[in-house]
Amino acid sequence: MSRRFSWFNATSLTLGFVFLYLPITILVIYSFNSSKLVTVWAGFSTKWYGVLFRDQAYLDAAVITLKVALVSSTLATILGTMAAWVLVRAGRFRGRTLFSGMIYAPLVVPDVITGLSLLLLFIALGLNRGIGTIILAHATFSMCYVSVVVSSRLVSFDQSLEEAALDLGCSPFDAFRSVTLPIIAPAVVSGWLLSFTLSLDDLVISTFASGPSATTLPMKIYSQVRLGLNPEINALSTILISLVTIGVIASSLISKRASVRRQRQEQQALAQS
Amino acid sequence: MNLRRLALIAVPYGWLLLLFLVPFGIVLKISLSDQALAIPPYTPTFDLAGGWAGIKSFFTGLDLENFTYLTTDNLYWKAYLSSVWIATLSTLLTLLAGYPIAYAMARARPEWRPTLMMLVILPFWTSFLIRIYAWIGILGQTGYLNQLLLWSGLISKPLVILNTPVAVYIGIIYAYLPFMVLPIYATLEKLDSDLLEAAEDLGCSRFSAFWLVTFPLSRPGVIAGCFLVFIPVVGEFVIPSLLGGSRTLMIGKVLWDEFFSNRDWPTASAVAVVLLLILIVPIILFQRHQQRQQELDA
Amino acid sequence: MTRPDPSPTTVFAPWDDPDEPPLIRFDNVTKRFGDFTAISGLTLDIYAREFFALLGPSGCGKTTLMRMLAGFETPSEGVISLGGQDIGPVPPNKRPVNMMFQSYALFPHLSVADNIAFGLKRSGNMTRQQISARVDEMLELVQLGKFGKRKPHQISGGQRQRVALARALAKAPKLLLLDEPLAALDKKLRAETQFELMDIQEKLGTTFVIVTHDQEEAMTVASRVAVMDHGRLVQVATPERIYEFPNSRYVADFIGEVNLLDGAVLRKTKAGLTISWAEGQPPIAAQGPEDLQKGANCTFAIRPEKITISSDKPEGCANALSGRVLDIGYLGNISTYHVELANGQVIKAQMANNRRLSRRAFSWDDEVWLSFTDSAGVVLTA
Ligand SMILES: Nc1ncnc2c1ncn2[C@@H]1O[C@H](COP(=O)(O)OP(=O)(O)OP(=O)(O)O)[C@@H](O)[C@H]1O
Ligand SMILES: [Mg+2]
Repeated sequence: MSRRFSWFNATSLTLGFVFLYLPITILVIYSFNSSKLVTVWAGFSTKWYGVLFRDQAYLDAAVITLKVALVSSTLATILGTMAAWVLVRAGRFRGRTLFSGMIYAPLVVPDVITGLSLLLLFIALGLNRGIGTIILAHATFSMCYVSVVVSSRLVSFDQSLEEAALDLGCSPFDAFRSVTLPIIAPAVVSGWLLSFTLSLDDLVISTFASGPSATTLPMKIYSQVRLGLNPEINALSTILISLVTIGVIASSLISKRASVRRQRQEQQALAQS
Repeated sequence: MNLRRLALIAVPYGWLLLLFLVPFGIVLKISLSDQALAIPPYTPTFDLAGGWAGIKSFFTGLDLENFTYLTTDNLYWKAYLSSVWIATLSTLLTLLAGYPIAYAMARARPEWRPTLMMLVILPFWTSFLIRIYAWIGILGQTGYLNQLLLWSGLISKPLVILNTPVAVYIGIIYAYLPFMVLPIYATLEKLDSDLLEAAEDLGCSRFSAFWLVTFPLSRPGVIAGCFLVFIPVVGEFVIPSLLGGSRTLMIGKVLWDEFFSNRDWPTASAVAVVLLLILIVPIILFQRHQQRQQELDA
Repeated sequence: MTRPDPSPTTVFAPWDDPDEPPLIRFDNVTKRFGDFTAISGLTLDIYAREFFALLGPSGCGKTTLMRMLAGFETPSEGVISLGGQDIGPVPPNKRPVNMMFQSYALFPHLSVADNIAFGLKRSGNMTRQQISARVDEMLELVQLGKFGKRKPHQISGGQRQRVALARALAKAPKLLLLDEPLAALDKKLRAETQFELMDIQEKLGTTFVIVTHDQEEAMTVASRVAVMDHGRLVQVATPERIYEFPNSRYVADFIGEVNLLDGAVLRKTKAGLTISWAEGQPPIAAQGPEDLQKGANCTFAIRPEKITISSDKPEGCANALSGRVLDIGYLGNISTYHVELANGQVIKAQMANNRRLSRRAFSWDDEVWLSFTDSAGVVLTA
């Protein structure tokens, strides 16, 4: 659909993006406010960044969050890719319906329920709650996202490629490693990135799954924010927002450059033939 | 080969059984257990050593006491009702805000569309908590919005927005807007401009062409977007907890308080079970809708 | 539109009648997209009850022309009038013009019957009964009586195309625009539909303007054909005239197969022209335009089927050339022979295969004679 772009369209887009970005922008600007009163501008200063960096509690929480995110998303990617393969390629087996149900359900079950149920499990199993249980919890819901992303890629990819590899003498494992994996790799990578972000972002499930020994960054932020505005949080938000923005823009530039290069190569190949 | 296949199936299957299904069983069990004070074990326990008698006593020990309790206390059913109501209304508001954006994106020049799409998705990658936190500064008594309105002379006394349902609606629209915009955009983008020209050719004005052709054809996207907003909002915790104050009742928050403040696990579990029951209908409807769409596309 | 039926004895040729007002008039119309000129200074009359075909290579502006008629594009310069009135300010939904889209543009959320009723409901002066009666009538017309309740994705491609036609015809427009209506159909279905279209056009008396890539289609259905190139009209004439008397190399080459021989006028007499065209080849005797001067450059164009092949030199024929068979293209009912002359020029000639293949008279490398009369070809100066 591409027709005249009307005033109404321009207005909706402008208002929409102002609505989406203004709050974040204000947050970033006021992180450089020297006043302790967050909403009253008293001049430019970076002092809250200094305060933040000297605050050991935030640093500890950040380290824990990163550890959790790295381990859980890697685990989720492995499990999720396996699950995707099972969904798309393993054919029929007993309990397949239950399996696909368990893959899709966590995407729609509210966090409070997932968190509560996992906590009750950990208690029933007598596990010591801490960083380990958070990782287990995050890996569980993230693997479902990974398997959805990867299986959509697997579905759209031509199975005869795998068969050709088998025909040429690969073992099934070799065929998976040398044919399937390279093709689904982009989906696996984006699944990992998605898991990583979900893990960084999660508050509710982490709160249920963690014990007194482990506080993640969202938990720390939440406990501060519940008490009201806080200039340190503004500074922290600015850092997180910048990291994410840089990451997203960089990855989109990289993928764009890759696609441009591929196009150019295809054109060259065409021109030479 | 077959062993390997078995292992490939068994690992994720076992993982999900243990960490997804079994926990639900436990929730269900505890919701049916007697209210015990604060800490486990909650009676009755499942005692295999007791043999048949143990199993029997396990089942006879279960009752619906906690669920009856939910019906007797106003708080719970009010919270359920208000969650569903807030979710419904905010879904509609999100639709009203999101549709024009999706529509404008679909009518923008093709070379602009990927950028616009990235701009819609980008906030999704930044912390949910922080995005909600940003609104505390805007909506508060001394917040930026009140400062602006007072300064412009539109009001003489600061408005009370924070810690009211209005703030919750704003927060929900803000946080869930991309979930509404993207599916609608996806259907609008596929829409063939020939169809609109055909409608005009057959006598429609631009406006009636929109209502007779564009809107009906974007319905799958509208439905998907509404489910994607409605379902998670019913169980939402962060937004009512940060923006809603004590006056906004939402079931996710009740569950949280029941668990962490009152430490009443059986009641919390019963609340969770009922919440899930409420959500199961829209979830199944959504699943059906998505499946039908997939079949139609194929 | 209340013109009496032309009696069968008089030929339908309103374009030859100076008193006949045109239904559509393009008056020096130019259309620019940015700095690209899609249509330049085009002047054209189309008459009521015509079946008018636009033919031309991709990108020459056919669709743009149609879209200006339907109202989706406005001319940058010039005036388009319909029935004597400038339709520039009339929006598409108010024009008595309907279009059948190349993509059919059937509304996927509406049934076949609702698609056909769509335009009728918009006009607002028909009752529900009248609308449903009209829909049934249209369904009958395109032989889809039983399919009214189906959705567009539940019928075949050919049926969809007929629904699109019925929808465009339902409002009984003064003018029906068809943009490559048959492009998506296979050859057989296309031929059937072409005749169906002509039938319907005859029955309803609506004026049709059809865009096509397919010259055979244009020749089959059209009362007149316009050949376009780069936003200009090159020739507008009946199919026979376009084929037999193209006005330029471009048209001759575009429509059907042709041999083009470049040369110059050697002699000019009452009986005709003599054209010298190649070293060592006899000059060609031909009929040509009066105003051609001796020595002027020209092109002799002749269709392959107008050339006779024989093994001996034919007697008493105006032109005869000798050569060697290079290649034979077997097309079923006819064969095309590629004959190389002594100077290296290859000439195509066609002969009907009224004998079995094995008994064909000529084979590869045979020495043959090509002959044609002096009125078989045309002399072109453009
Ligand atoms: N909206 C537009 N903006 C810019 N250029 C356009 C536009 N529409 C058409 N053109 C250009 O005008 C020229 C004529 O286009 P048009 O669609 O009329 O060609 P056509 O004869 O219908 O070709 P085809 O046989 O391929 O359908 C083309 O070069 C095309 O690129
Ligand atoms: Mg065209």
